[in-house]
Amino acid sequence: MYEEEYQQIKDTLQRLQVDSNSKIVFLVDKNGQQIACHGDMRGVDATSLASLTAGNVAATDGLAKLIGEKEFSILFHEGERDNIHISLVAQRVILVVIFDDRSSLGLVRLRVKKASQELERTFEVLLKKSEAERGSLGRFDSPFAEITDEDIDSLFSE
Amino acid sequence: MTFINYAAREINCKIVYYGPGLCGKTTNLQWIYDKTNPQAKGKLISLATETDRTLFFDFLPLDLGTVRGFKTRFHLYTVPGQVFYDASRKLILKGVDGVVFVADSQEARMEANIESLQNLEKNLKEQGYELKAVPYALQFNKRDLPTALAPDDMYRQLNFKGEPTFEAVAMNGTGVFDTLKAVAKLVLTELKKK
Repeated sequence: MYEEEYQQIKDTLQRLQVDSNSKIVFLVDKNGQQIACHGDMRGVDATSLASLTAGNVAATDGLAKLIGEKEFSILFHEGERDNIHISLVAQRVILVVIFDDRSSLGLVRLRVKKASQELERTFEVLLKKSEAERGSLGRFDSPFAEITDEDIDSLFSE
Repeated sequence: MTFINYAAREINCKIVYYGPGLCGKTTNLQWIYDKTNPQAKGKLISLATETDRTLFFDFLPLDLGTVRGFKTRFHLYTVPGQVFYDASRKLILKGVDGVVFVADSQEARMEANIESLQNLEKNLKEQGYELKAVPYALQFNKRDLPTALAPDDMYRQLNFKGEPTFEAVAMNGTGVFDTLKAVAKLVLTELKKK
């Protein structure tokens, strides 16, 4: 993940949160790692949210395959107060929108569609960048290439 | 796949506890959760049945500290061990960085251990991984039981590639952190190679 694209992603999420009048907008990868989020995260366990979302999408994906579908690209969970809208972006990341009755499913769907297109473009650029870097081996130094055994040991020193 | 966020300076690694039903995967996570200080851990999530059998997965996020300015975070998952939950197990192995195989030391469970290990190898392969290449640690759990097989016997039957192996009693924490440390080290060492 690079600084420039990371900022773009955060900007997109912020716009989506405002435009859809939702509480939280959240981006997770398919393995349950949180990428970015925007909104009032107080009292929300972001890590658990990310992991459960990915689990949910993975299970639904499995269901889709069972009945011969490629994927279910949108999941919607309706609660008494809050609702969750989950959608797949570029088949690789998961966009989560949490909203209450100040918004509506229709508005969220509309705004998510627009934001998804933006995110897709950003991820395309990201992908190209990382491929280009892989091509020009040596120019990109991983900060972990020089990680020492002591560094690793120090993590477990407690 | 290790997720490295250069912008937020975070590394996230996924470790999966695998093994036959009732071997103590969840108990491992429970012990780690109980003994870790509150700042370093998130919530332990257990998706279990009413009888406390794991239905989908348990999940525990763990912050280990900083390596080279990067916050190191491990996501620990368990799989449901019961044979018929195979579809769920496959899902959880997606994006795995390291595996701990928890074997049940009781003689009567040896066959289940072997079957589960074969299942692990097969499911990893389906996700495009080779157990030979994945950071991997082996744990012989329930060493305190009178019916426990000799560790040498177990090693002969379960050793896959000379992986670090630990004797454990997950109920009282024996060997739990040793196993976790071993696999975490392997994962970070793997990162160094990339």
